[in-house]
Amino acid sequence: MLEASGITVRYGRQVALDDASLTIEPGVVTGLAGPSGCGKSTLARVLALMLRPRSGTLTVDGDPVLRWRQRAPRELRTRVALIYQQPRLAVDPRLTLADVIREPLTANGRPDDGRVAELAGEAGLTGDLLTRRPHEVSDGQLQRACVARALTLEPRYLICDEMTTMLDASTQAHLVRLVNAYRERTGAGVLAISHDTILLNRWADKTVDLFDPADQKQP
Amino acid sequence: MTDRNLLRVEGLSVSFAIPAARVRAVSEASFEVRPGRCLALVGESGCGKSVLAHALLGLLPGNATVSGEAWLKQSGAEPVELIGASQQVLARRVRGRAIGLIPQSPATHLTPVRTARAQLQEAINELGSSARADDLAERYGLRPADLDRYPHELSGGMAQRVANAIALAGDPWLVLADEPTSGLDQPLVDRAMGTLRELCDEGRAVLLITHDLRAAERVADDLAVMYASRLVETGPAAGVLGQPRHPYTAGLVAAQPDRDFVPIPGLPPELTRLPEGCAFRPRCGHATERCAESPPMDGGVACHHTLASPDLARAPEIAKESHA
Repeated sequence: MLEASGITVRYGRQVALDDASLTIEPGVVTGLAGPSGCGKSTLARVLALMLRPRSGTLTVDGDPVLRWRQRAPRELRTRVALIYQQPRLAVDPRLTLADVIREPLTANGRPDDGRVAELAGEAGLTGDLLTRRPHEVSDGQLQRACVARALTLEPRYLICDEMTTMLDASTQAHLVRLVNAYRERTGAGVLAISHDTILLNRWADKTVDLFDPADQKQP
Repeated sequence: MTDRNLLRVEGLSVSFAIPAARVRAVSEASFEVRPGRCLALVGESGCGKSVLAHALLGLLPGNATVSGEAWLKQSGAEPVELIGASQQVLARRVRGRAIGLIPQSPATHLTPVRTARAQLQEAINELGSSARADDLAERYGLRPADLDRYPHELSGGMAQRVANAIALAGDPWLVLADEPTSGLDQPLVDRAMGTLRELCDEGRAVLLITHDLRAAERVADDLAVMYASRLVETGPAAGVLGQPRHPYTAGLVAAQPDRDFVPIPGLPPELTRLPEGCAFRPRCGHATERCAESPPMDGGVACHHTLASPDLARAPEIAKESHA
């Protein structure tokens, strides 16, 4: 389980997240709804070990997270992957799509072994597209690469922060299907963050609300 | 604002010259926009729909080649042909006066170093409008004090309202909204769509460009579906979404999370090398040899295998929902 408990985050004087708790179980898609500005994305960054909270605890499969960002042990950090809302802000514009997908392998000194081609194929990206740079592809194609990138290191938990908000219905259905297939194959836990309750009703096994006290009473 | 106002686009094509290739962004689009109605142009990102909007305002970059006609007819004035019009004519008679543009992501569209008021007042002055900034602000849901803020001090919803006020400062009869909801959460999307509907109900015409079928369904009277630079289906919104006749439209409708949630197989083609004939052919389950020939737009649908209602087992049920 990926367990966040009593998480508080402040940006300067602004309280972004106040005593929030959330549990992501393996093999389950947990939906997280809430209006913009309520701290959903902040919580996503904490869960992905990318933002150190002011207070509160985070454990990954029982291992407490004591250090964050690049100081976090690599083995712990790579157990959680984050997919962002805006793919264009989440990739290095100098890399080709194949390199975007390969980046986590390169950063961890692991061989490719055909993994990039396999993931690209599952994401629906073929041949020529993989040699292009982000400015030469559409938002939908770039987000496909970002989802493939998130899966390269086989994370145990996947945080999807408004993953399909900018995309058309068909691309949305494709990416959700890709994440679901990964979950079924590996038993990974998924957090689906979205303001779209119709999407969450269809995708999530259960939905939690950051402002609902009942959802905050989890152990 | 009388019924004599009309925008009629006929055979509009736009292409861009880039090194070693030609991007066909819009191919022979024809449609009409009338006062009191909202036409939503839907399609996935990169299909050419924003280019179409920018072509109407003469805002395309220098490497664009445009052909076709777009007639802007207005009561009490000579009609203007937008495609051939000079920048001077567009600036003096069209932009902001006849056609107001609500831009994509208003928060980044505003100049960061000037207050909302300075930018709204500039629009009013440039257009020679008699409107007052405070009145416009109140009309579009802002407090006058909000205008004294800088863009970074405005929430997404407030920036949207400032953009609306600027777009409408010159009292245009036609409003062009380019993905006005991208990056907004559901309450703000609802609000933005509500505003567009009010503009229609005041007797303005609205051309809404969006990838969001659900938003389009809520506000649009008419729908035009664009795929790989071409309009493939047009008609009343309830009919097009309730009983799609083009296989692409049917695929988009079925892909929604409250329907089948099944993606259309494959990817859209590159606009630099559109396939001969019907561009949807490689992804279409109905495709046959005939599809190697480009299907003409006929009765609101461009397809050799127009889906009749029996092809869609669920069609009657969907049709009923969308009329409700």
